[in-house]
Amino acid sequence: MGIEGIGARVLRKEDKRFITGKGRYTDDHKVVGQHYAAFVRSPHAHAKIRKIGTRNALKMPGVAGIFDGKQLTSDGIGNIICGWMVHSKDGSPMNMGAWSALATEYVRYVGDAVAVVIAETQAQAQAAAEAVDVDYKVLKAVVSAEDALADGMPQIHPEAKNNIIYDWEIGDEAATDAAFARAANVVEIDVRNNRLSPNPMEPRSALAQYDEAEDHYTLHTTSQNPHVARLVLSAFYQVAPEHKLRVIAPDVGGGFGAKIYIYPEEIVCLWAAKKAGVAAIKWTADRGEAFVTDAHARDHVTTAKMAFDANNKIIGFKVDTIANLGAYMSLFSSSVPTYLYATLLSGQYNIENIHCNVKAVYTNTVPVDAYRGAGRPEATFLVERMMTTAARQMGLDPAELRRANFIQEFPHQTPVIMCYDAGDFGVSLDAALAASDYANFEKRRKKSQRKGMLRGIGMSCYIEACGIAPSAAVGSLGAGVGLWESAEVRVNPVGTVEVLTGSHSHGQGHETTFAQLVSDRFGLPGENVQIVHGDTDKVQFGMGTYGSRSGAVGMSAIVKALDKVETKAKKIAAHLLEASEGDIEIKDGEVMVKGTDRKLGWHEVCLSAYTAHNLPEGMEPGLKEGAFYDPSNFTFPSGCYICEVEVDPATGTTTIEQFVAADDFGKIINPMIVEGQVHGGITQGIGQALLEHAVYDDDGQLLSASYMDYTMPRADDLPSFEVSTSETLCPGNPLGIKGCGEAGAIGSPPAVINAITDAIGNNNLSMPASPQNVWAAVQAAE
Amino acid sequence: MSKVEIEVNGRLTVGDVEDRLLLVDYLREDRGLTGTHVGCDTSQCGACVVHVDGQAVKACTMLAVQADGSVVKTIEGLAGDGELHPMQVAFHEHHGLQCGFCTPGMIMSAVDMVNRLGPRLDEKTIRSELEGNICRCTGYHNIVKSIAAGARAMGKGMKKAAE
Repeated sequence: MGIEGIGARVLRKEDKRFITGKGRYTDDHKVVGQHYAAFVRSPHAHAKIRKIGTRNALKMPGVAGIFDGKQLTSDGIGNIICGWMVHSKDGSPMNMGAWSALATEYVRYVGDAVAVVIAETQAQAQAAAEAVDVDYKVLKAVVSAEDALADGMPQIHPEAKNNIIYDWEIGDEAATDAAFARAANVVEIDVRNNRLSPNPMEPRSALAQYDEAEDHYTLHTTSQNPHVARLVLSAFYQVAPEHKLRVIAPDVGGGFGAKIYIYPEEIVCLWAAKKAGVAAIKWTADRGEAFVTDAHARDHVTTAKMAFDANNKIIGFKVDTIANLGAYMSLFSSSVPTYLYATLLSGQYNIENIHCNVKAVYTNTVPVDAYRGAGRPEATFLVERMMTTAARQMGLDPAELRRANFIQEFPHQTPVIMCYDAGDFGVSLDAALAASDYANFEKRRKKSQRKGMLRGIGMSCYIEACGIAPSAAVGSLGAGVGLWESAEVRVNPVGTVEVLTGSHSHGQGHETTFAQLVSDRFGLPGENVQIVHGDTDKVQFGMGTYGSRSGAVGMSAIVKALDKVETKAKKIAAHLLEASEGDIEIKDGEVMVKGTDRKLGWHEVCLSAYTAHNLPEGMEPGLKEGAFYDPSNFTFPSGCYICEVEVDPATGTTTIEQFVAADDFGKIINPMIVEGQVHGGITQGIGQALLEHAVYDDDGQLLSASYMDYTMPRADDLPSFEVSTSETLCPGNPLGIKGCGEAGAIGSPPAVINAITDAIGNNNLSMPASPQNVWAAVQAAE
Repeated sequence: MSKVEIEVNGRLTVGDVEDRLLLVDYLREDRGLTGTHVGCDTSQCGACVVHVDGQAVKACTMLAVQADGSVVKTIEGLAGDGELHPMQVAFHEHHGLQCGFCTPGMIMSAVDMVNRLGPRLDEKTIRSELEGNICRCTGYHNIVKSIAAGARAMGKGMKKAAE
């Protein structure tokens, strides 16, 4: 592998600028003549806009313009789209209400933007925004998923009767019911998956420039997928034609899904830059604004039952879920509680019959979309809470009930679309059991008991689907885009290499790991390789980074391009060395004829490609190759997490005593970076399980809209983690990669809740397991 | 407007600032030092930590006029003579950062931690002291390792200086 090749713990190339304060995030960019945008937002969850009074605000110092939704729509700016069509089980298309970047007639959640103020300074823009006088007729709000479906509730969009967006199903209901009819044991649970806010530490930001002379726009923005942003901004919102719009996603301070979507603010800033006749408009969310505009996550209400035969084998699984999608359908919102959720309900288990019904509903809350894991955490929480509950009810060891039902042979076709290509679930389970000293847990429980504490252990055996996704397959399921990735490898005449990738790094360390592929292939030092990403003017169209796809899909595209470069370089070398192409080997920066001392330096071959004085007949000069890689299947990372907790019954406080992760990510390019992804993912999962909750009151006011109210995991909430990996290669891509970005957030919440419920002897506990909730559950158990 | 005289990273500047201008906005907008970040509005996240007269301060919680006559050090001023500070090196070597947004505040808090508590820091102390710095990427695991290692390296440096 070499010291900088595949599998090496290479330290990150990108670190230097970040540890010295030289990172360049969107808000750090500034242009001459830059103005600032401040949005006038609805303070009501549901209201009719009677009048927007701007007379006083327009007279305020520095104000260059105030624009509303009517001006926006009359300028032809299109409504915000949802990019994945889901059909109800009766065959009808989803009921999508209109979403204008600035509300026109109604506001539908607290934070819904109704107007924008453009001013010379940020303070002036904010002051004028506060002076805009909006006359609202306040309407009754719908907040919870259950309420949305109740009789007599307000109708949020005329297109969606009873607030139902779709009523969707997957699996064979009759066969599943028949399995329950012959079951020896049936286990039932009700589960709520708590609403979250993603909270990347860098708030969203946009710097929109309009160059009148060139009739050209440039947008710096906090995006995980700048090309997708450009496409959607031009093709659907008609802000600017695609070739007249450059989108740059520079250093981005975390994404976690929240920065996939093209939000109203980016649309409005681009449109308003031209309309106000200013050089540029900057908008940066403050944290409160982030809480009420960044897409929220999860928010499922589910009832489920599982059928077992007399040998404790699962024979059926039936699930009924209501998913709260908020006030509007965000870009991929429709796919999250359907194709990214119910397709994973087989977990690691051989289950012949599964049926799942999902009703997606509108409510007067922030739109809900994909956040780290997206659907798979909801599925895993349900399946793994179910398995532990079943083991408890049936008097079995949770580890052994799982093991007895593991899928053993691959490929394995589940009854819910997914075909698992490879895995070895027993290996991860055994590794986690050993690392957690599971066998001696009862001794530790007794020790805790002696000091008046309740100790519990819980596990979760997760599987998820990454490497999103085969374009034709997702197209047939309703996706509006293909989910391939692109790469271009440019070898310079001196032999240094630039890799232009359609993936985008916002913390994942691509500048390091992607360079490792080049080092591995040609034996070049990492410092001779530059990774270029995040700028639509520099990089060919690409799909971006989400769904743990940069390894399995993004790197596969690079491998394909490297294959082409290698082939051409070998042809040139064979010609120069008068050898057969098959005898040429590239190693340690040299190009040699195998088994001889005839060789050329890598740089000599590269220079020859560009001088073109002596190339094989008919060969074009240059050494630059591009590739598009479309995966043949999803990839299936899996693993086992074990959490051990101590609960203080007097206060309900939970302390995580140990957390063990045993993951199978397939081939690992840089173990250091993979471990970092697991640590971060586990922490977000523990955050969901113990701390985080986006809470609305009955009027639709978001009560948890600051870090004083929304509990982010902090260093003293957590232990250090014990992580390990095993490796069954993914057969679907050239490197055998499965992906590691979301596993931690997917696998950890059920492990934590299984541990706490074990400790307190009460299986009925909702997330977040705050001291108050745990204390109440302890009291209920006594 | 008030006249202020503030030394930042060794450079003294005299100028007029709006009375309501926060120190963090002064650093980012007036001085062009964008390494100090704003991650929240409630003094919780710590992305804006700088040193004012040698003490860690959340720059979003202090007005620029309050820093009049003070010596401020930001992440850009931490490395000296072209060499990275041992805490910066430790964050790099122990993969203590991912997206990098919280990193400047983390490093400034970590250096302050060692200045106050000495170079021998156990995990519990580090975790407890990090209460005012939020990271969403790393799960803190490698930040804790980085700070322990950075503290030891700073300790060696202090010892060497004493000799």
